Amino acid sequence: MRTPASVQRGLVKRGLVKRGLVKRAAVLLLVVLLALAPFTNRNLGGLLPGPINSAGSLQLLALMLVAAATAVTLDVMFGYTGLLSFGHALYFGFGCYSTVVLSNISSLGFAKGAVLAILLTFVVALAGNAASLRLTGIGFSMATLALAQALAIGVERGFLRSGGEVGVTYGFGVLPGPFVGIANTRNAYWLALALLLAVYALCWLAVRTEAGHVWQAIRENALRTRVLGYDVYVFQLGAGTIACTLAGACGAVYSVVMGGANPSIVVLGYSLSLVLMVALGGRGVLWGAALGGVLYTYLNQRLTALSDSATVTGLPEVIRVPLTQPNFILGVLFILIILFLPAGLASVLGIRRRPRAGRTDQKPRGAAPVPDDRREPALDG
Amino acid sequence: MATFILIAVSGLGLGALYFLLATGLSLIFGLMRVLSFAHGAFLSVAAFASWLVLRSDDSPSTWRLALALLAATVLGGALAFVTELAIIRPLKGRELEQLLATVGLGLALVALLAAIWGPDEHLIPRTQWLDSTSSVLGAPIPHTRFLLIVAAALVMAAIRLLLSRSRYGLIIRAGVENSEMVSALGINVKRSFTLVFTVGGMLAGLGGGLAGSYYGGVSPYLGDGMLIFSFIVLIIGGLGSIVGALVAAIVLGLSQSLVNFYVQNGIGDIFVVVLLVMTLLVRPQGLLGQKERLV
Repeated sequence: MRTPASVQRGLVKRGLVKRGLVKRAAVLLLVVLLALAPFTNRNLGGLLPGPINSAGSLQLLALMLVAAATAVTLDVMFGYTGLLSFGHALYFGFGCYSTVVLSNISSLGFAKGAVLAILLTFVVALAGNAASLRLTGIGFSMATLALAQALAIGVERGFLRSGGEVGVTYGFGVLPGPFVGIANTRNAYWLALALLLAVYALCWLAVRTEAGHVWQAIRENALRTRVLGYDVYVFQLGAGTIACTLAGACGAVYSVVMGGANPSIVVLGYSLSLVLMVALGGRGVLWGAALGGVLYTYLNQRLTALSDSATVTGLPEVIRVPLTQPNFILGVLFILIILFLPAGLASVLGIRRRPRAGRTDQKPRGAAPVPDDRREPALDG
Repeated sequence: MATFILIAVSGLGLGALYFLLATGLSLIFGLMRVLSFAHGAFLSVAAFASWLVLRSDDSPSTWRLALALLAATVLGGALAFVTELAIIRPLKGRELEQLLATVGLGLALVALLAAIWGPDEHLIPRTQWLDSTSSVLGAPIPHTRFLLIVAAALVMAAIRLLLSRSRYGLIIRAGVENSEMVSALGINVKRSFTLVFTVGGMLAGLGGGLAGSYYGGVSPYLGDGMLIFSFIVLIIGGLGSIVGALVAAIVLGLSQSLVNFYVQNGIGDIFVVVLLVMTLLVRPQGLLGQKERLV
């Protein structure tokens, strides 16, 4: 049994600092390669819509990076604090919509509008989490779901200039010059890359602070953490507010990449897909969540193209028809992952660390910590 | 006044639909601690089944309507039965994984419906008597509303009978209290898990059949929209409480319809969320939910 203290000790000991130089070099190389991607016009077969530096490919890559960043923020709540949120799209969507709507107000403009939007998202994140954290366990999940639904309904009906079903785009001349037009897609791509790096670094630091260790203790056993003298509610509120505000920032960048906001990012389906990204990659592992976000978005966008390709159209109807729906493949894939690989892809790809001598209670890194449902006692247990 | 009664009865009908879905989910959660996200998809699949039965006839007979509802109920139950055996049971004791698996299943099923029949709505022809109205206190009430309310009342009565009079009901009630102890006494709890999950699927299926006739059409996304409001009904009523679900469904259906009509379309849906937040602030365990014990 892991005690909160052992989690804390373990994490301090196995902090990234002690990992090999090789790994750091590999991460640096990956970042440099990603940053240089817009300069290559190599064609990766049918993997991307066009050459790497074409606008279509860069936009797809940017969307993948934004999704990865958003999944990382959800992982702080879901994977690290044990708070399963089915309403993360509320904050992502709110950040996105409020940035666009406020920027379109002529007296504000983009710079002020974006800052104001993030501040508003912070307030909404604080209030939303304060309300939903009144419930624990599954009740929390459902409260987040319901709150997110309020935004989805509001956006669908076009309240507050949100444009209804078609969404809302930046007005003419609202976005700063470098982000306008297809020729400048590379700038949006770099912005998305910068977002991912910033969000990842912030979350990486956050889960390594003392508060971050308390979050993980809460995930393992909320009751025991409370008995140790920590105010569980306050720490959960902190984790939720940080994660949701960062998600709002991701939404703001999304609006720049897409040139506006659309209702597809506020519906329940989007919240669920964020949860799927984290669970797919591996909850409780930040890079796992990022990987899940990249993979999910890629499949979601590219499977449609795949279903039009000659190999698929030649298949019999029984196989071909389901393949036209990316969500069908993703859903089935996800069930298989849950059944056979509950710790996500990170458990396969992760470099398993050998348990230290004398530490028998340490799980291998691959076995991602699973939020302990028993932390919340049964109603009548 | 007539308008008010019409809207109020329509709200009750809507509440009846929420109740059908929510009561199954409540039973499942009470016994198995699993929240199923797949039941919305079961509802949609069942609604499509009723459409397949009804579509050939412009004005289907009552028997055909009954057949459609039966087909929807059976299909919903069958889907839930297979799901329980294939996905829920292998993940026994891991509630989070079970929940996530139902999310994946819901996604896949809805996508499959959209792949086969397209994402758009298909019209369902109504039986003649269902299309006409009766006067209640001067208000013309469409018969679909009565159908929904009667169906919900019958389901409520049947569930209560099942729980209070049958041996399985006894096991379920005991399992809600402490399922480990029940299995320790040598009773096969697994079987009642399957039973409850299947009953939940049947109720979702019946809800799908009725919703198709109520709205006059089906789309793959019908169930997902209803699932969200059923979840809200569950929280307001108190997780695991069937009477709570009934009360909450009535309150929700009424207030949603009335506010949508008298204030502005769409505000009623948001008002429901406000009700939820107020419930969370004042009484987090829901109207009739039990307070969680710490140890």
